[in-house]
Amino acid sequence: MVASRAIGSLSRFTASRTFRCTGYICRNFTGSSALRTRTHVNYRVKGDVAVVRINSPNSKVNTLNKELQSEFVEVMNEIWASDQIRSAVLISSKPGCFIAGADINMLGACKTADEVRQLSQEGQRMFEKLEKSTKPIVAAINGSCFGGGLELAIACQYRVATKDKKTVLGVPEVLLGILPGAGGTQRLPSMVGLPAAFDMMLTGRNIRADRAKKMGLVDQLVDPLGPGLKPPEERTIEYLEEVAVTFAKGLADKKISPKRDKGLVEKLTSYAMNIPFVRQQVYKKVEEKVQKQTKGLYPAPLKIIDVVKTGIEQGKDAGYLSESQKFGELAMTRESKALMGLYHGQVTCKKNKFGTPQKEVKHLAVLGAGLMGAGIAQVSVDKGLKTILKDATLTGLGRGQQQVLKGLNDKVKKKALTSFERDFIFSNLTGQLDYQGFEKADMVIEAVFEDLSLKHRVLKEVEAVIPAHCIFASNTSALPINEIAAVSKRPEKVIGMHYFSPVDKMQLLEIITTEKTSKDTTASAVAVGLKQGKVIIVVKDGPGFYTTRCLAPMMSEVIRILQEGVDPKKLDSLTTGFGFPVGAATLVDEVGVDVAKHVAEDLGKAFGERFGGGSLELLKQMVSKGFLGRKSGKGFYIYQEGVKNKSLNSDMDSILESLKVPPKPDVSSDEDVQYRLVTRFVNEAALCLQEGILATPTEGDIGAVFGLGFPPCLGGPFRFVDLYGAQKVVDRLRKYEAAYGKQFTPCQLLIDHANSSTKKFYQ
Amino acid sequence: MASILTYTFRNLPNTSKLALGFSVRPLSCSSQLRAAPVAQTKSKKTLAKANIRNVVVVDGVRIPFLLSGTSYKDLMPHDLARAALSGLLHRTNVPKDVVDYIIFGTVIQEVKTSNVAREAALGAGFSDKTPAHTVTMACISSNQAMTTGFGLIASGQSDVIVAGGVELMSDIPIRHSRKMRKMLLDLNKAKTLGQRLALISKFRLNFLSPELPAVAEFSTNETMGHSADRLAAAFSVSRLEQDEYALRSHSLAKKAQDEGLLSDVVPFKVPGKDTVTKDNGIRPSSLDQMAKLKPAFVKPYGTVTAANSSFLTDGASAMLIMAEEKALALGYKPKAYLRDFVYVSQDPKDQLLLGPSYATPKVLEKAGLTMNDIDAFEFHEAFSGQILANFKAMDSDWFAQNYMGRKTKVGLPPLEKFNTWGGSLSLGHPFGATGCRLVMAAANRLRKEGGQYGLVAACAAGGQGHAMIVEAYPK
Repeated sequence: MVASRAIGSLSRFTASRTFRCTGYICRNFTGSSALRTRTHVNYRVKGDVAVVRINSPNSKVNTLNKELQSEFVEVMNEIWASDQIRSAVLISSKPGCFIAGADINMLGACKTADEVRQLSQEGQRMFEKLEKSTKPIVAAINGSCFGGGLELAIACQYRVATKDKKTVLGVPEVLLGILPGAGGTQRLPSMVGLPAAFDMMLTGRNIRADRAKKMGLVDQLVDPLGPGLKPPEERTIEYLEEVAVTFAKGLADKKISPKRDKGLVEKLTSYAMNIPFVRQQVYKKVEEKVQKQTKGLYPAPLKIIDVVKTGIEQGKDAGYLSESQKFGELAMTRESKALMGLYHGQVTCKKNKFGTPQKEVKHLAVLGAGLMGAGIAQVSVDKGLKTILKDATLTGLGRGQQQVLKGLNDKVKKKALTSFERDFIFSNLTGQLDYQGFEKADMVIEAVFEDLSLKHRVLKEVEAVIPAHCIFASNTSALPINEIAAVSKRPEKVIGMHYFSPVDKMQLLEIITTEKTSKDTTASAVAVGLKQGKVIIVVKDGPGFYTTRCLAPMMSEVIRILQEGVDPKKLDSLTTGFGFPVGAATLVDEVGVDVAKHVAEDLGKAFGERFGGGSLELLKQMVSKGFLGRKSGKGFYIYQEGVKNKSLNSDMDSILESLKVPPKPDVSSDEDVQYRLVTRFVNEAALCLQEGILATPTEGDIGAVFGLGFPPCLGGPFRFVDLYGAQKVVDRLRKYEAAYGKQFTPCQLLIDHANSSTKKFYQ
Repeated sequence: MASILTYTFRNLPNTSKLALGFSVRPLSCSSQLRAAPVAQTKSKKTLAKANIRNVVVVDGVRIPFLLSGTSYKDLMPHDLARAALSGLLHRTNVPKDVVDYIIFGTVIQEVKTSNVAREAALGAGFSDKTPAHTVTMACISSNQAMTTGFGLIASGQSDVIVAGGVELMSDIPIRHSRKMRKMLLDLNKAKTLGQRLALISKFRLNFLSPELPAVAEFSTNETMGHSADRLAAAFSVSRLEQDEYALRSHSLAKKAQDEGLLSDVVPFKVPGKDTVTKDNGIRPSSLDQMAKLKPAFVKPYGTVTAANSSFLTDGASAMLIMAEEKALALGYKPKAYLRDFVYVSQDPKDQLLLGPSYATPKVLEKAGLTMNDIDAFEFHEAFSGQILANFKAMDSDWFAQNYMGRKTKVGLPPLEKFNTWGGSLSLGHPFGATGCRLVMAAANRLRKEGGQYGLVAACAAGGQGHAMIVEAYPK
């Protein structure tokens, strides 16, 4: 199979050669004998330029795995040894991907920091040879160029990139809890300047080609081509190669200088960075900022700063050494394992395991133009779905349409869209008050108020007008789907699609299936969700499904802690200090106190004592006073337009005072408060897996992190149990159980895991 | 006629190289032509249709097309249009009161004369009882003027129409910024001194930065030259091919000018300056010199340069078209029939300039003709790269099948019948006026060289295109 591929590509190259190169004599084919044995990297010689093509078999992307690396080294050695070759071009044959980075599994397979360090050093050595190459090497970049791929590109003498939307560059290692370990920390600062390099490495930000050109990360841009005598993608890669070859020749002939003209601002910055004092200030500033944002929970950013500093202050050799050592250390950390687990989970949850639906959804209708409804419409229209947004009132509809438009306008401001594209996308949206056009809808998502009788009314109205194949999806955070489906004539077409607010920012979509939901309906819902760019977990129906059900006991604990006299600000800092992106009290305000109350009541009825703890009375009194959280301007905090630092709502004092309960001293230390919250969350999550609400721990982790903000550095509740130790979790639960009772009783699954050291959620 | 063709070839050393780029057909064709000139059998004897009035071109003229910023630079657009209209009156001696309607095309509008057709007609001495309107459709604006007139005649609404086009690129409307405009407009409405001062106090220096008319496509924000460069790359058109084609255009135009073939040009006495008698953008150069130019749009490695693109041009054209019976009743001997025409449009980003490829087969099918029936091709040359990309598209089965929904390729227009008197690259391209020039070139070539059918095709901004069949009026 592989061989036939190689031969196939060989014949294609030959064909295109004769087509293009009538101008000069062909005297190559040195590489042809090697073609048969190499699977990842091949090269051809065009005149005196070697064109190295990277194309990993049976994969959509190229990753720097061991085979690819060793073949690459072989090929480069041949090129360096050849007398007729004067320069080289590196290019990927895959549309949409240059090199997506190092092979994460390769890191995962390493058992010790030393092994990882060696990997890093091999990479460093390889790229150093590229950097020192006397024959100029041009990287021709089309598609994703991440991590090791970018480190390879910046080791080359010159970079040409396509100005395609798919061409994105970046060093996302920090998001996996590691650092760019193949010279990236050393080369980037000198290439784009210290501040920009820090920004890239500490945020893992994606950089589009035009921005990369401005930063000096790439030297030339090539516009993607339209249709010609071949499919556009194919011809664009060919054209990129032609352009890169011209530059490679120019560099070899010394007609082009690899040095770039720097702008005034850039010159000034680089001048300033030459002053040690300024550099020290930069390090200090960046460190402070990182400390503030990570609360010291993530080791990678600090090490990145450290490694960059070492390279600049103590020279390259020290820098490379430090880079590889720290790379090895980081790869062994819990945080890195957690983050890599999340990465793998995300990849899994971006696939449709229910297969291709029978009928693709092209026409979508959303009921209710509120925050959620409009949000769902927004993420649908820009993916080309024809979307009807229906509301009951013109004011409500107008607000929803404005929300969609604002979302698109923000993208125009960020230059992710042109104003024309915005207009074109917006034309996919139809706002209306009636059911006109619903006869063409393939899927209806209702996002009306959370009230069962209202949902029933809407369902009946909709079923009267939609075609037989049309799916009815309910966006609800807590109402059981089978209760909604009870009035349906076709319950197999009813499903739950739980989006998270704000829909355009939150990545998670929780899909809920009932006993009656058909597999094709599920496949269709997942396909729509994937189209909308969501990470998807599919769970079984039940009160609160998975996400709301895990959140509820934690929220109950939040109320108890507040009743015990912990100030909301202190509680917020304790939770964010544990790694939650939003403090617990703030979270209640964001969700809405009325919603929290509603959910607490519903789930309290369904699950009884286990969901108790804090007094519902607190929420009830807040609602009666109109403290609904951010939406009403007052909750635990006071919210004012344009005021950044929110202050505590002093009117809450009397409510809290009246409901005060005495704290129990042996479970009220800061750490205990944190663990009371987290263990209740984790225990409920494990129960969901035990009861079959969740199909896999992966989905549980992804749901908790992407939907509820569970600390990413812990990797989700299940990863947390694995890394922290099930025994320790159970011990904690027992301790709190002794103080508070049933709410902390560990579930059987956790006890099983605690009793057996070999039992892990992730093997 | 055959001898003229062979002469053309001998005179152009570079054509042979160029011809190799496409196919060897042109050469073999020319020998065929020599053996049996004109006497080819056509798919159709005429394109006259039973129930539709025949529309004829009585004659058409244009003032010399000049590089912008030269002799016309102090004039206004309607001055150029006026000159073309006067030239037409002089050439045809048409009684002013028989003209039913006047239509002009233009692209960049002078705000003072937004209906430039009316201002020019009045100034040229046409009857103030003759209505006039202005149309705009980018580079095919005057084609639109003609076909609008065609519709009025064919449907029996009018008998005599003057259609034309004008463009003055020497002066373009540069506006105040939106902020400045807003302030000025609000100042107009302000009633008290206090209000005025309050408004003026909001003035910032950046209000003064001017707004230029967009040279870029509104929908994609890409300039046409940039798009042409990408198009050429998509079809693998080399820089050398483009330069060779441009050189061919200039050489042929020079020859046509020298031999007096450009009979549609009327002299124009420019106020305060000398009389202009001929186009001034025709400058045959050498391939070596052209190779020295740097790319104008895709820097530094693109292939479209100033030398292989059409240049910014000032000019105007006008045509007298009539119902056939009316022309004959007035005692005219028409030059040509206007026959079937089509407008097409496609993706404005990647296929901006491929209009001719799409329009040509469509108009031929509509008329029931084949490529072989056409004796004179007149394509608008926006860029060398654009013409050559269109050639490659028309010669590609793959493109025809995947993008045009056709089973087979359109086929190449033979070069010896193609823009033989030069084109927009060399004669110039006043956006709004080029369409009439193309039709008159086709008509005049058919008269001069023999042959029955001419095909006019052009691309336009917005990803649009146009093609029309011109049939020679029997001598």
